[in-house]
Amino acid sequence: MTDTALATAPARRWTMPDLTALSPFIALAALLLLGALVSDRFLTYDNLVNVATRSAFIAIIAVGATFVIASAGLDLSVGSMAALVAGVMIFVMNAVGAPGAATPGFLAALSGIVGTSPTGALVAGVGIALILSVLCGLANGLVVTYGRIEPFIVTLGTMGIFRALIVWLAAGGTITMRSFELREAYRPVYFGTLLGIPIPIVVFLAVALVGAVVLYKTAFGRHIVALGSNEDVARYSGVPIDRVRILAYAIQGLCVGIAVLVYVPRLGSATPTTGLLWELQAITAVVIGGTALKGGTGRIWGTVVGAVILELVANIMVLSSLVSEYLVGAVQGAIIIVAMLVQRSLQRRR
Amino acid sequence: MKKTIGLGLAALALSAGAALAQQKSVTVAVSIPAATHGWTGGVVYHAEETAKLLEKGYPGLKVIVKTSPNGAAQANALEDLMTQKVDALVVLPFNSDELTNPVREVKKRGTFITVVDRGLKDPAIQDVYVAGNNPEFGRVAGKYFVDNLKSGNVVVFRGIPTVIDEERVSNFEKALEGSGVKVIDKQYANWNRDDAFRVMQDFLQKHPKIDAVWASDDDMALGVMEAIRQSKREDVKFVLGGAGMKEMIKRVMDGDKMIPADVSYPPSMISTAMGVTAAHFYSNAPMRGTYVLNAQLITKENAKEHYFPNSPF
Repeated sequence: MTDTALATAPARRWTMPDLTALSPFIALAALLLLGALVSDRFLTYDNLVNVATRSAFIAIIAVGATFVIASAGLDLSVGSMAALVAGVMIFVMNAVGAPGAATPGFLAALSGIVGTSPTGALVAGVGIALILSVLCGLANGLVVTYGRIEPFIVTLGTMGIFRALIVWLAAGGTITMRSFELREAYRPVYFGTLLGIPIPIVVFLAVALVGAVVLYKTAFGRHIVALGSNEDVARYSGVPIDRVRILAYAIQGLCVGIAVLVYVPRLGSATPTTGLLWELQAITAVVIGGTALKGGTGRIWGTVVGAVILELVANIMVLSSLVSEYLVGAVQGAIIIVAMLVQRSLQRRR
Repeated sequence: MKKTIGLGLAALALSAGAALAQQKSVTVAVSIPAATHGWTGGVVYHAEETAKLLEKGYPGLKVIVKTSPNGAAQANALEDLMTQKVDALVVLPFNSDELTNPVREVKKRGTFITVVDRGLKDPAIQDVYVAGNNPEFGRVAGKYFVDNLKSGNVVVFRGIPTVIDEERVSNFEKALEGSGVKVIDKQYANWNRDDAFRVMQDFLQKHPKIDAVWASDDDMALGVMEAIRQSKREDVKFVLGGAGMKEMIKRVMDGDKMIPADVSYPPSMISTAMGVTAAHFYSNAPMRGTYVLNAQLITKENAKEHYFPNSPF
């Protein structure tokens, strides 16, 4: 008995991780099949491209969330952060593109450096958006690390702070890109294509690729996973815990910044309802992708598939006429749970 | 000693009374939600503008505008306001349940109460009630489709599942009854631009021919427009929003073919309420009662009256 168990063990060990890593893809395939069954318009090129493009924001943010969650952290502030960064970015572009008497001195000076052309305004907006998002992420990381407070509480706090700041900045209204010229120049970043592929898809594949290389191939990536699986062991093994943790939140911030760069050209505006509940969608995408909420594992490609799955479920709901609009939420929730059950049953067959 | 002071005070009061006869002094407190989304942003703007106008127009009138971020904070704000001498309270309650009792307490002090938009549980508390008309909002929109589209396929965007949304949508559908206009699809998009964009992309995939869109809200209309523009589809003749956001009114004014009209649900109803309240103290006309503002169809002809370029909404 023992002998046979030992003899078969190595073979099992090889098939096991494959199935686990594959399960989000199997869930994706099952959903594609379901979609094709409910609507003959589902499997059209246009529809699938729409869905993949729309999932870009959550996918990019969720790549960052994979780092945070793999290190046993959590960031609830990403949705509010996205809204704030988007608002500030548009505000900066408006101010730099057409500085007036009311323009803050710093932005007026910036406008002197980069110029008031659409390109200058865009450079200033992109630069400030990325800097601000990293700073927001750093703030989360620093308070979590040095304040020794649960990340849930810290990021719940910053979630409120970022949201209130965008509401204040917009005076409850909307921050819209004022220059028509700039709006048209920037618009292709969401609606345009590169070699036939929509740019948002290119961006999220690039972000996922870089994320996968960092998480799987670098010492920092292994430190993240080590910190997430057991903090004490990681500390005694010489992992620079504080630095790794802070960096994870900074990466999350950067990912939010990149997502915003793709988000702003779509509607050219930010409102107090921008990015509402994105944090939950990002976390769901990470978990559907096979990363455990308790940390210690991180699956970048699974996360990306998770984000696409979320968007697909919503798409199937609108395309099918079977479900009344009142029940869409319930069916959506059920599909996600069933998809997870399928995955977990695959993983348990070890 | 006491008597002389009392006499002195009485004399003072008398002379003050004489002064008051020429210079009346009335304080009106306005309690509204803070600007947490576009519409309430508009409410705050109009409340502040109207406060200035009324103070200029009515000598001796003082208007205090106080915003609160949530229902509990608004209840506290009401208590704080009552420590000052306030003759009237204009309140747009966060919600009916939480604010009914705090407003009742204010009423007990003999304060004149004007309630705006969201009614209280006990209507006996209010002296004046000013409200928008949600069933009418749906009806006016429906009538616009019947008159202008006559027949065709329409998709409908719903807001957040609430009584407001239900009243609007059910009356919209009632208005279409018997006409050639058909609602081929309905979906919630939460009064949110991004959600509306997403749903419209899917509608465009699902339905080969859509003649017009009832976005039912200006924020949602903006998301819808962007999705239509991306699809390069020519079949959608127009998009009807609602509420009266300045960007949309501007398009109506400029004669944008896709946005030929809008339906009002004006945040400036706070101004109506404040005006009626002030008039109660400065005129002899009876003011108590319920004022239901029409949901007006805004077209190129009357768009100017609804355009407030300085408002955040």
